[in-house]
Amino acid sequence: MFDNADALLLARIQFAFTVSFHFIFPSFSIGLASYLAVLEGLWLKTGKPLYLDLFKYWLKIFAIAFAMGVVSGIVMSYQFGTNWSVFSDKAGPVIGPLMAYEVLTAFFLEAGFLGVMLFGMKKVGPRLHYTATLMVAIGTFISAFWILSVNSWMQTPTGYEINAAGQFVPGPSWWAIVFNPSFPYRLVHTVIAAYLTTALVVGAVGAWHLLKDRKNLHARKMFSMAMWMAALVAPVQIFVGDMHGLNTLEHQPAKVMAMEGHYDSHPDGAPLILFGIPNSAEKRVDYAIQIPKASSLILKHDPDAPLAGLDTIPADRQPPVGVVFWSFRIMVGLGMLMLGLGLFSLFARVRHRLYDWPLLHRFALVMGPAGFVAVIAGWVTTEVGRQPFTIYGLLRTADSASPLAAPAVGASLVAFVLVYFAVFGFGTWYILKLMGKSPHSGEEDISDAPIRTAGITPAQAVEGGR
Amino acid sequence: MTINFDLATIWAFIIAFAVFAYVVMDGFDLGIGILFPAFGVGEERDTAMNAIAPVWDGNETWLVLGGGGLMAAFPLAYAIVLPALYPPIIAMLLALIFRGVAFEFRWRDPKHRAFWDLAFTGGSFMAAFTQGIALGALLQGIAVSGRAYGGGWLDWLTPFTILTGISTVIAYALLGATWLIWKTEGAPQDHAWRLARIIGPATLAAIVAVSLATPFLDATYFQRWFAMPWVLLSAQVPLLVSLASFLFWRALKLRHERAPFLIALFIFLLCFAGLGISMFPYVVPDQITIWDAAAPERSQVFMLIGAGIMVPIILIYTGFSYWVFRGKVGHDGYH
Repeated sequence: MFDNADALLLARIQFAFTVSFHFIFPSFSIGLASYLAVLEGLWLKTGKPLYLDLFKYWLKIFAIAFAMGVVSGIVMSYQFGTNWSVFSDKAGPVIGPLMAYEVLTAFFLEAGFLGVMLFGMKKVGPRLHYTATLMVAIGTFISAFWILSVNSWMQTPTGYEINAAGQFVPGPSWWAIVFNPSFPYRLVHTVIAAYLTTALVVGAVGAWHLLKDRKNLHARKMFSMAMWMAALVAPVQIFVGDMHGLNTLEHQPAKVMAMEGHYDSHPDGAPLILFGIPNSAEKRVDYAIQIPKASSLILKHDPDAPLAGLDTIPADRQPPVGVVFWSFRIMVGLGMLMLGLGLFSLFARVRHRLYDWPLLHRFALVMGPAGFVAVIAGWVTTEVGRQPFTIYGLLRTADSASPLAAPAVGASLVAFVLVYFAVFGFGTWYILKLMGKSPHSGEEDISDAPIRTAGITPAQAVEGGR
Repeated sequence: MTINFDLATIWAFIIAFAVFAYVVMDGFDLGIGILFPAFGVGEERDTAMNAIAPVWDGNETWLVLGGGGLMAAFPLAYAIVLPALYPPIIAMLLALIFRGVAFEFRWRDPKHRAFWDLAFTGGSFMAAFTQGIALGALLQGIAVSGRAYGGGWLDWLTPFTILTGISTVIAYALLGATWLIWKTEGAPQDHAWRLARIIGPATLAAIVAVSLATPFLDATYFQRWFAMPWVLLSAQVPLLVSLASFLFWRALKLRHERAPFLIALFIFLLCFAGLGISMFPYVVPDQITIWDAAAPERSQVFMLIGAGIMVPIILIYTGFSYWVFRGKVGHDGYH
C-alpha cells in the first residue's frame, strides 16, 4: 500500500505544513515584541497614559501569539530527529551547535523574562519591567539570527569538511559557517518582513477602529505609527529583496531561473515575465506577458547581458518551476501593494486626512494579513527553490529522511493537521476577538480579563495615569 | 582520544543536567495539570494555574535544550533514538501544544473554559505518560542498523514502557502536589496536602516496580547494579530513597510547607542517578556509546564555550524570575 516514496512525500508535506504554520507566529511576535518595547519606552519617556494603554492592548495579543509560537516551535526542534534523522546525523555537527546557541542565547532569554513582562509590572516596577520587555524583544531577534544562519547554511553551505562517516563537520572557522554567503541578506530580509507584517496588522486594527470611530485617539496613534513603519520600511524591503535576489543568482542560479520562469537561456538579454503559466512538460511559459530584456537589466544591470536558463541545469538538479514561479510573484505583488499603502498614507498625511479617509482605512484593513501571506510565499520560494536538496548541491532531500514506515508518518501528519487547525484556529479567533475590542483609556491588565470584564476601575485609572 | 573522552563525558553530563532540569521543573507544571480535575472549578483551579503561569514557558525550554543539545553534541544518538520513539514523541509534542495554549486560552474564553481545562489535563497527562514511555523504551533497548534505527514503528510498546509511563505520571503528580503545598494557602493547599499523602506512597511503589524490573531487562544492567565493586555504590541509591521516603512522610505529618517539594526533588535526583548507573556510558543501550555518537571536537568545543557562559547566566535570570514571583499566589492573577 505504501512504499518509501510515499513516506518521503508525507514527511515533506508534514515538515512544510508544520514549519509554515509555525512561522506565522514568530513573524508576528518578532515585530510585535519590538513594537511593545517602543510603546513602553515612549510611556516611560513621556508619561502619557495613551502609550501604556496601547502597550496593555497589544500585550494581551502578544501573549497568545507567543504561546502558539512556542508550542509549534518545540515541534520543529524535534522534527529534525523524528522525520529527518539521516539529515540530522550528517548535518548535526555543523547546524546542531548553531541551534544550541539559539536555545542558550534566545529561547531562555525570551521565556525567562516573558513571565515578568506579562505578569510582573506591579511586582518589579516600570523600569525593571521595561528591561524584561527589552530582553524579550532582543531574544526574538537573537533567535532569528541563529535559525536563519542555519537555514542559510543549508542554502549556501561553506566552512565545512566531510568526515569518514559521511558527516558534514565544521572546518577550522565557525565564522565561515555562521556568516555563510546568503545569511546577511536572508537575515535582513526576514527581520524586515517581520516588522512589516506587524506594522500591517497594527495598521489594520487601527484602521478598523477608525472606520468605526475616527475620533478614537488610541486607534489614531496606532494607525499613524503603523503607517510610518509601512511607508519607511516597504521601500527598504524591496531594495533588500532585490539584493537578496542578486545573491541568490550568484549562489543558487537554478532557483532564480525557476523564479523567473526561464526554461531557456537567453544569450542576448532575458525578458522579465510578469505573468504566465509555467508549462514544465513543454519547458515553456504559456500566455506569458513579458518585458523584453528587463530581467537582464534587473539581475545583471545590463539589458543585453546573457542569462542562462534551466536548459543548462541537469534535470535531476532542477527545482519545480510552477510553485516557485507563483509564490515569488505573490510575494512581490504584495510587496508592491505594501509600498502603495505606505505612499497612500504619506499622501493622506500631507493632506491632513490620515484619520478620516475611509478608502485608506479600508485599504489598510484589507492589507492586514498581507504580511503573513507574503512571508509564507517568500519562504516557499526559497525552500522549494532549493529542491531537490536539503543541503544545497550536496545532500538530496530523498537521502535525508528517517527510515520510517509510511503509515507512521501518515498518521502523524493527519494528527498535526487536525490539531493545528483546531488549536491555532481557536487562538487566531481569540486574537481577532481581542483586536475587535476598541482600545481605550485605562486598558485592562492582561490578568484582569476575563475574570473582571466590568471595565475601568478607579485604581486602574490611577495606575494608568502614572 | 583523551580530549575527546573528556568532551563527550562533559557533554553527556550537560545534557543529563538539561534533561533533569526539564524533568523537575516542567514536572511540577505537568503534575499540576494531571491533578487539575481534583481541584474545584473557580478559585482553586485558578490558584493552581497561577502557581505556574509565569514560569512554565522557561521550564519547558529545558526540553528544547535537551533535544537540541543531543542533536548538536551526539547527532548519531539523536538520529537513532528519535525515529525509534516516533509515535510517543509525536504524541508528546501534540500534548504539549494543548497544555501550552490552555494557559492563555482558558482565561480568554470563559465559555469554553471546561474544554481548555480538559485540554490542560489531557495534554499534561499525555506528555508525562509519553515521556515515561520514551524513557522505558530507551532503557529496554533500541534496534540499530548501520547509522540508523533498525526496528519497526511499534517496538517501543511493551508492558515495561507502560509501567514507566504510568510511573512518570504519578511522580510528576507528586511534584505538582508538593509545589502547590509550597505556593498556595487555604483550600487549594489543604487539597494538595491530602493529595500528597496518597501520591507519596504511590510514587514509592512506582519507583520500586521500575527498579525491580530494570535490572532484569538486560544482563548488563544486572551486572552494573549487583556486581562488585559497583554494588557498593549502587546500593546507596535504594538506601537513600528509603531514607528520603521516611523524611517525606515525616514532613507531611509535621506540615512543613517547603520540605515535601525539596525531598521530592531529591528522590527524583536519586532516580536519575540510578538511571545514570544503568545507562552510562551508553546512549543507546549496548549499542552506541557517547563516544560513538559524539560530534567532532570542534563542534563540542564551540558549544562548550556557549554553554559555559550562558548556562550560569540562564540560571541567574531564571532564579530572578522565580524570586519575582516568590511567596503564596492568589487566584485572581498577578497584580
